[in-house]
Amino acid sequence: MQIAKLTRRLIAGATVAATAALAVPAVADDSRTLRIVSPWEVTGLDPARSGYLFARLQVAETLVTADDGGRPVPGLAESWAVSSDGLVWTFKLRPQAAFHDGTPVSADSVAQSLRRARATTGGMLANAPVAEIAATDGAVTIRTERPFVPLLAFLAHSSAIVLAPAAYDGAGAVTRIVGSGPYRATAIEPPLKIEIERFDGWKGPRPAIARASYLAVSRGETRTAMAESGQADLVYVLPPESVERLRRNARIGVTVMPIPRTRMLKLNAARPFFDDLRVRQAVSMAIDREGIATAILRSPTSAATQMFPPSLAEWHVPGLPPLAHDPARARALLAVAGWSPGPDGVLAKDGRPFRVTLRTFSDRPEQPPMAAAIQAQLRDVGIDMRIAIMNSGEIPAGHRDGTLELALLARNFSLVPDPLGTLLQDYGPQGGDWGAMNWSNAELTRTLEALGSASDPVERARLRAVAGRILHAELPVIPIAWFDYGVAASRRLAGVSIDPLELSYRLGAMRWAE
Amino acid sequence: MGGIGRAVAARALQAILVAVLVGALCFAMAEALPGDQAFRIAAARYGEDMVSGIAADAVRAELGLDRPAWMRLAGWLGDVARLDLGVSLVSGETVFDELVHQLGATIGLSVAALALSAVLGPPLGVLFALRAGKFVDTAGMAAAAALRAIPTFVVGVALMLVLASWLAILPAAGYDRPQSWLLPTATLALGLAAASSRVARDAMVAALRSGHVAFARTKGLGEADVVRRHALRGAAAPVTAYLGVQLVYLVEGVVVVESLFAWPGIGHALVHAVIARDIPMLQGTALTMGLLFVALNAAVDLACMAIDPRARST
Repeated sequence: MQIAKLTRRLIAGATVAATAALAVPAVADDSRTLRIVSPWEVTGLDPARSGYLFARLQVAETLVTADDGGRPVPGLAESWAVSSDGLVWTFKLRPQAAFHDGTPVSADSVAQSLRRARATTGGMLANAPVAEIAATDGAVTIRTERPFVPLLAFLAHSSAIVLAPAAYDGAGAVTRIVGSGPYRATAIEPPLKIEIERFDGWKGPRPAIARASYLAVSRGETRTAMAESGQADLVYVLPPESVERLRRNARIGVTVMPIPRTRMLKLNAARPFFDDLRVRQAVSMAIDREGIATAILRSPTSAATQMFPPSLAEWHVPGLPPLAHDPARARALLAVAGWSPGPDGVLAKDGRPFRVTLRTFSDRPEQPPMAAAIQAQLRDVGIDMRIAIMNSGEIPAGHRDGTLELALLARNFSLVPDPLGTLLQDYGPQGGDWGAMNWSNAELTRTLEALGSASDPVERARLRAVAGRILHAELPVIPIAWFDYGVAASRRLAGVSIDPLELSYRLGAMRWAE
Repeated sequence: MGGIGRAVAARALQAILVAVLVGALCFAMAEALPGDQAFRIAAARYGEDMVSGIAADAVRAELGLDRPAWMRLAGWLGDVARLDLGVSLVSGETVFDELVHQLGATIGLSVAALALSAVLGPPLGVLFALRAGKFVDTAGMAAAAALRAIPTFVVGVALMLVLASWLAILPAAGYDRPQSWLLPTATLALGLAAASSRVARDAMVAALRSGHVAFARTKGLGEADVVRRHALRGAAAPVTAYLGVQLVYLVEGVVVVESLFAWPGIGHALVHAVIARDIPMLQGTALTMGLLFVALNAAVDLACMAIDPRARST
């Protein structure tokens, strides 16, 4: 029975190999490194590209940052003041602040870093009317061309993080990250990994977490598995379909928090289709927001009733009639606007069928299924919509060359912590890459401009409500759903809090639960 | 020139052809994609929130995207001849530096997967051959067919769910500890082993039925010696040759597996380069994968010659 012996040996060999390979037990807690996972990759050291990661990891600081409500709070600057004409801002730096190479943070180095940030492509400061950034008497002064109240919000943007002179090469490109935050980077391995540890030269409260690592994991399934297996302590951007499952896991705390981002339809208001307000209203009424929010986003309350979510308390307008689902009225409005059903059920006007293409992108995995739902709902009122899944850049590209008809996107209103920054970019007289297209409204333009210079809180509140009402009535874009930010935190961690503006992971305030 | 020298020379020529063809094809395909490259690159660099007409214009000016396509392709070919692969349009790092980092990760993963599949597949195949037609053989065939038919992505997610999410004995992704290797390696190896076990089984069955094995039996050798001394070597040649075919599966698998398990290799970089239309990076990654493919095939050729003396003289 030698064959049988050989067979047994082969089986044994293969089994041993397989189990040896597969069953090495993982160490559940190999060290006290806090592991963070999110989908966003490290695309380079340039602050305009990956500065948000170094800001969130508290490696680098901005002059000013923001609290949960978007109000400016001190960052690297301890205090600030603006001249009576509203043109010159003076920032007093935190004394004893030091860069990670040991050099003190001087007004000169801050001014130099900000001037570089302003000159960088893709940066945010370039969009502010800044005339001059200088170091004067140990303070940083910024002069604007006109009174510009949202300047503080622009300075809080991650592309304006302050780096040490040693971070730049002769041409002004960032070659390493030398920040001033409570953590310093010990390893940066684009595109996936960053490792940080506590910076001993930090003069503020000493963080309890000594070490952390950041891993970019683009697949939502993988991020979920990492949270479930305990491999990651903090997992950002949970796929909606896995939130319920993670909630049942006793080792994980799940936070789902509304953030100031709104999924919306961008419309080309010059086309024969959407130049008519009644058509825009009809499209809005054809969309079953609750259905989409429930079935695809798994969050019924995220169905948008207006552009700004209630969490954006300053901009949310409480009294507005909610955007509602009413396909019968949508059909009626389209009929009044001159669109009548053709033989194939598709609406037509002057022999032209109502056939449009919607562009969207898959970096946000919920967008293609949302597009499919919208396609079916518009079909129901006689609009034939095709879907093109592209790169996100194709939306501003189509805005620029005029070929865009419809787009589904998720616009961030906390691009700078004050939504006004986004609105000025998106709804000015020329429209905006991620906002209105071939639509403008003189009153809205005036209102937004006034908000840029008004400083009286009562007047500002009134102006915000005016802007909100115009956007709601005119529908230059059609809000679909607000945005929930799902985060899974291991119960091993205590003191976890989530920044709705995504400016910081707030590691400095966390500690290991015993 | 001996058989080995000829084989190496043929592969070297093939490598050059692959380099030129892959580079030109990548370029042509990226050019043929609809849409504006400057916007795509700006989106990849600065993120969806910050991509705008202004950012795209700056990218276009910086990268000289206005130059005619033939000029950019000719420039790339000239650079490649000087072994300069250019600079990633997204990260601004040289493609060469990025590839050096990624290549190690990809080769490591590929070698581990091939090794694991070599341990799993052929021994199982021999076992099935010795039990040809019996239950084990049929079950093995069903399992192999199933594993091969299911996309690598699904196999990976299933392994992740069971071993990382439910049993929590393995890390789900990443590359920071030794155990991180196991899931991506096993995902790739299972598919490879599924095929190689079948090839080994058929080769072994054929070898067992062959004349020289029959002769060994008549000569009075015990069955175990027959298998070990005569049948196994005869079966090894086709199994090794089949490895070459499997490399296609491996290259394809690496692209999927690296993205799924956050593995910092060339497959992962290739996917991102395609999305971002980072042409130098796309050319560099595709080129490296192409050359890797040629090199591995050359290694398979040499291994076949070592196993089968007949191949050396032809």
